[in-house]
Amino acid sequence: MTTSLTTFSLSYSSTDYLLALPMLMLTVFALGILMIDLLLPQKWKRINAITALIGVAFSAAAVGKLHLAYHAAEKHGIEIATFTGFMGSLVVDRFAIYFFYLFLMGAGIAILMSMRYLEIERENHGEFYALMLLSVVGMMCMAAGYDIVLIFIGLELMAISTYVLVGFLRRDKRSNEAALKYLLLGAFSSGIFAYGLSLFYGLTGSTNLGQIAQKLQEVIATRPNDPIVIFALLTTTTGLLFKIAAVPFHQWAPDAYEGAPTSITGFMSVAVKSAGWAMLLRIFLFGLYPLRSMYVPVLIFVAVATMTGGNLAAITQDNLKRLLAYSSIAHVGYMLLGLIASDGQTNSTGIMAIMIYLLVYTFMNLGAFAVITSLRRRNIIGDTVDDIAGLYFKAPTEAILMLIFLLSLAGIPPLAGFWGKYFIFLSLIETGHYTLAAIAVLYAVISMYYYMRIANAMLMRQPIDAAPVHTRPAMRLALTITAAGTVGIGLFPNFFINVANWSLGLVEGTQHMARMLR
Amino acid sequence: MYNHILSIILFTPLVGAVLLMLMPKENKDAIRWMGNIFGFLGFAVSLPLIPWFWALKDRVGFQFVEGAPNNWIPSIGSGYVIGIDGISFLLIMLTTLLGAISILSSWNAIQDRVKEYYVWFLVLQTGMLGVFMANDMFLFFVFWEAMLVPMYLLIGIWGGPRKLYAAIKFFLYTLFGSVLMLLGILFLYFHHHTLTGVYTFYLPDLYATAPKIGGHAAIWLFFAFFVGFAIKVPMFPFHTWLPDAHVEAPTAGSVILAGVLLKMGTYGLIRFSLPFFPAVAMTPWVRQFVIVLSLIAIIYGALVSLMQKDMKKLVAYSSVSHLGFCTLGIFALSPLGLSGSVLQQINHGISTGALFLIVGILYERRHTREISEYGGISNVMPVYATITLIMFMSSMGLPLLNGFVGEFTILQGTFMENKVWAAWAVPGVILAAAYLLWLYQRVFFGPVNNPKNEKLLDLSGRELATFIPLVIIAFWIGLYPKPFFQILSTPVNNLVATVRPDYPGLTKPVLAAQPVNPNPEAATPLPEPPKSPATQTSPAGGTPSQTGVTQTHPPVRVVRRPSTSLGQAFSAASGTNSSVGSWALSPEPPSTKNQTQKPVPVNTAKANLAAAPAALGK
Repeated sequence: MTTSLTTFSLSYSSTDYLLALPMLMLTVFALGILMIDLLLPQKWKRINAITALIGVAFSAAAVGKLHLAYHAAEKHGIEIATFTGFMGSLVVDRFAIYFFYLFLMGAGIAILMSMRYLEIERENHGEFYALMLLSVVGMMCMAAGYDIVLIFIGLELMAISTYVLVGFLRRDKRSNEAALKYLLLGAFSSGIFAYGLSLFYGLTGSTNLGQIAQKLQEVIATRPNDPIVIFALLTTTTGLLFKIAAVPFHQWAPDAYEGAPTSITGFMSVAVKSAGWAMLLRIFLFGLYPLRSMYVPVLIFVAVATMTGGNLAAITQDNLKRLLAYSSIAHVGYMLLGLIASDGQTNSTGIMAIMIYLLVYTFMNLGAFAVITSLRRRNIIGDTVDDIAGLYFKAPTEAILMLIFLLSLAGIPPLAGFWGKYFIFLSLIETGHYTLAAIAVLYAVISMYYYMRIANAMLMRQPIDAAPVHTRPAMRLALTITAAGTVGIGLFPNFFINVANWSLGLVEGTQHMARMLR
Repeated sequence: MYNHILSIILFTPLVGAVLLMLMPKENKDAIRWMGNIFGFLGFAVSLPLIPWFWALKDRVGFQFVEGAPNNWIPSIGSGYVIGIDGISFLLIMLTTLLGAISILSSWNAIQDRVKEYYVWFLVLQTGMLGVFMANDMFLFFVFWEAMLVPMYLLIGIWGGPRKLYAAIKFFLYTLFGSVLMLLGILFLYFHHHTLTGVYTFYLPDLYATAPKIGGHAAIWLFFAFFVGFAIKVPMFPFHTWLPDAHVEAPTAGSVILAGVLLKMGTYGLIRFSLPFFPAVAMTPWVRQFVIVLSLIAIIYGALVSLMQKDMKKLVAYSSVSHLGFCTLGIFALSPLGLSGSVLQQINHGISTGALFLIVGILYERRHTREISEYGGISNVMPVYATITLIMFMSSMGLPLLNGFVGEFTILQGTFMENKVWAAWAVPGVILAAAYLLWLYQRVFFGPVNNPKNEKLLDLSGRELATFIPLVIIAFWIGLYPKPFFQILSTPVNNLVATVRPDYPGLTKPVLAAQPVNPNPEAATPLPEPPKSPATQTSPAGGTPSQTGVTQTHPPVRVVRRPSTSLGQAFSAASGTNSSVGSWALSPEPPSTKNQTQKPVPVNTAKANLAAAPAALGK
């Protein structure tokens, strides 16, 4: 391992492409799928999915290479701050690597879930997988972007790919409606977000998050309550909260989740959401860190509203996808509490909690969506509580796995979901936010109710339709991975806690970053 | 075996559950046999614990400790540490016994989804045992929560007509309490870190630091824990889930629910609430508040029982009343009250467990629990009627049977603290006699009015087998409770000394962990435990209690001091005269051997015991 990678340069260097290797891999495979798809007869379309999986594997290998570079440097006692490239706009630090893994895992499992599902929906086209890979490229830009322009481009690449994926079921009205709603509201929020970012550019004269932070400190030192700063902060925050579907900007989520192909709903609820979080953490903890005292009160309000809105609305839902959409809104509320508790510099328990939460959420929520996806059969849409009734009698394994995922979502130890909530509560208690902690645990009890409604239907009611539930090997693999993750992280969390801590270990503070930029 | 006895007891049911899962579900009888074998095996492996623990019963602190405080999740300071003292020992034996009995009792009652039933039941068994064994707050919490799931499924799948409602209600109520408790645990965790710089959930460490929390925080924390436990007990305003859960649960589920699950609440109060927050527990208004709730539960539960039309609901409400005695005894905060309370928990497990079995047997035959459907059953089922009478007598607290010993000790302990409290509790005993005897009269006496009841079969051999151990233990505790009090005296005296350092007759609590950085030279070896084959074969040659966790703490040398007058009173009432005394950490040099004074003979013991029924007005 040479130290050449560690040196920070403001110019373009020929090694920069190494940092972008995971993204390049995905792009190459996405384009490859588009071309191969033209040559494939209808019954061989499954090859597209396999190609996409290979692409994910190659990309993961590239991430692993970067990961190993860190380890090698540590072993030789070389202090690597970050890998930066493309004139400081791309920062592949441990934080980014952690998210890269999350995105690739989410995408890989979602591809496995889609294989049979698309055949049933008769929409088995190669673009599906190509778009999925491209959206992961966008996510990676969001996680590794250290420049608001790159972050925004990544966001749009991800969002546009997802709009198309949501509306992928051309013949399904709900899918079309969902895509249109998602597109309109998403474009609207992107506009607001871009507006806020442009104000920050105007205030600080830079698009680099480190320089923004540095300048903002000066700005608020001289003009403490500058209305422009507040306005810029509010518009940026609105855009960010929109992307993670926090109340009161959550309305698009239930519609989009319900209408989208089920595997895409799963993908959106974990990977797209994680990307939103990566971007939010980058911007709040790095660029806008000097404004922390201003945005925390807003976040407290939003977090409580999100938990309230998500949990209470989920109680009355009869559509499983909608129910899980509201539950995922509620989960965002918990995660926001972690950001409220910790600033990532003096105390990072809360941020670590968010990282763990996103990891376990990837497994348990995708698992739940995998079970719902397997309910889709010819002529049966299979996404209401009635459809899952008596699942135990038709497919006991799936029912037990679903029970595990639901209990994990509800946060019952010793399943993975518990650790997400645990660290959130831990950070709240550690920083003395007792009231917020009490509210959060009470909502955890309420959430139990709607998860148990599904479990009740599944295990204790008789089936309504007689159509059997079959799972294909790909789906079984997806279920195995998610179940193993949910139970494995639950029982032996130590490794994963260390990984999450590692991912935050060298996330430098803005000051450090600013010093390097000078 | 000796060194890992607790893990073996803990995981035997789980192993059974895993093996059952691998069996084909079509062969129901094979599954039943397998379930019963593991149910019985779970009890059988706990039997060696009786002599082994008996030998160590005078040791202070947790025995048979396994694991280390940091071995599970080092990054948060949580470990798989299990260990027991006298209180948990009795509850563990109760759990394994009732587990085996209730599994045996479900042979005919469960006809569909048999395999799942036994799997969940065995998983539940492991969860409950874990709660009583855990020496790590985090491990405790995991078992406490994880055990909800199998119970929820037992009620929800094999329950009665309103099973869904009852299952969800049970789950949500208990979860509500436990999440608040989680926040309390986390607070203690950080408080420990603030004082010592160490992140740990290890119980003896927390015992040392938790009482140092003062002011409002302590009161808030006390109630965070209290609500969790009170819901589980259940104490008066939180009891509404209990009748629903009991009525809907299958018979075996009710037996376990009443016999073991409710005890987790009282166990939690004893194990955590009192030693963590001694000052709060002794705050007059807090104590008064809890005791008033207990008294309300005693009288209210009994009154509601009186007017039930459904036998199972009657028994369920009687549980509220009986558990009121247990919480009363706990918050009487005297050695008598506390040991009476623990014994009463065992008694309640035995007699109420039996009552649910009794109701279940009639239900299996007639599929109704309406009292008005029955009458004159003693004519057709004489053996059943006899057993029922014995268990009714035991439940209502008739002398010679177990219920009397527990209730009398609690009342005596309470009386010495506050006469008014005891006076309010006594009607509960009388009302218990009223509702149980009235029930007995309506169901068993008189002519057989209902033609459907004429052909009822008496107890089968299997059903009889479920009752015999319970009847034997009921008589045993009723006639000779001394061994039980001997087992309880050490932990109970210790606890009272922790909570009330000024309590006469007890000195220096040793519940708390030892200083953080002990000087190894100053430590003296523990007295060798009585030689058992297992200790001789242990490879290291060390005593079992010196392995694992205890190595990080200096051994505790125990010196017995002469008992005082109150101690004599305690021994008089409980029928024990050997193990009462006070225990203290000895700072003396190693040359002074454990000086064991001869037990103080208490001449008044028998006289007091004989006079007791008269004192109760019976």
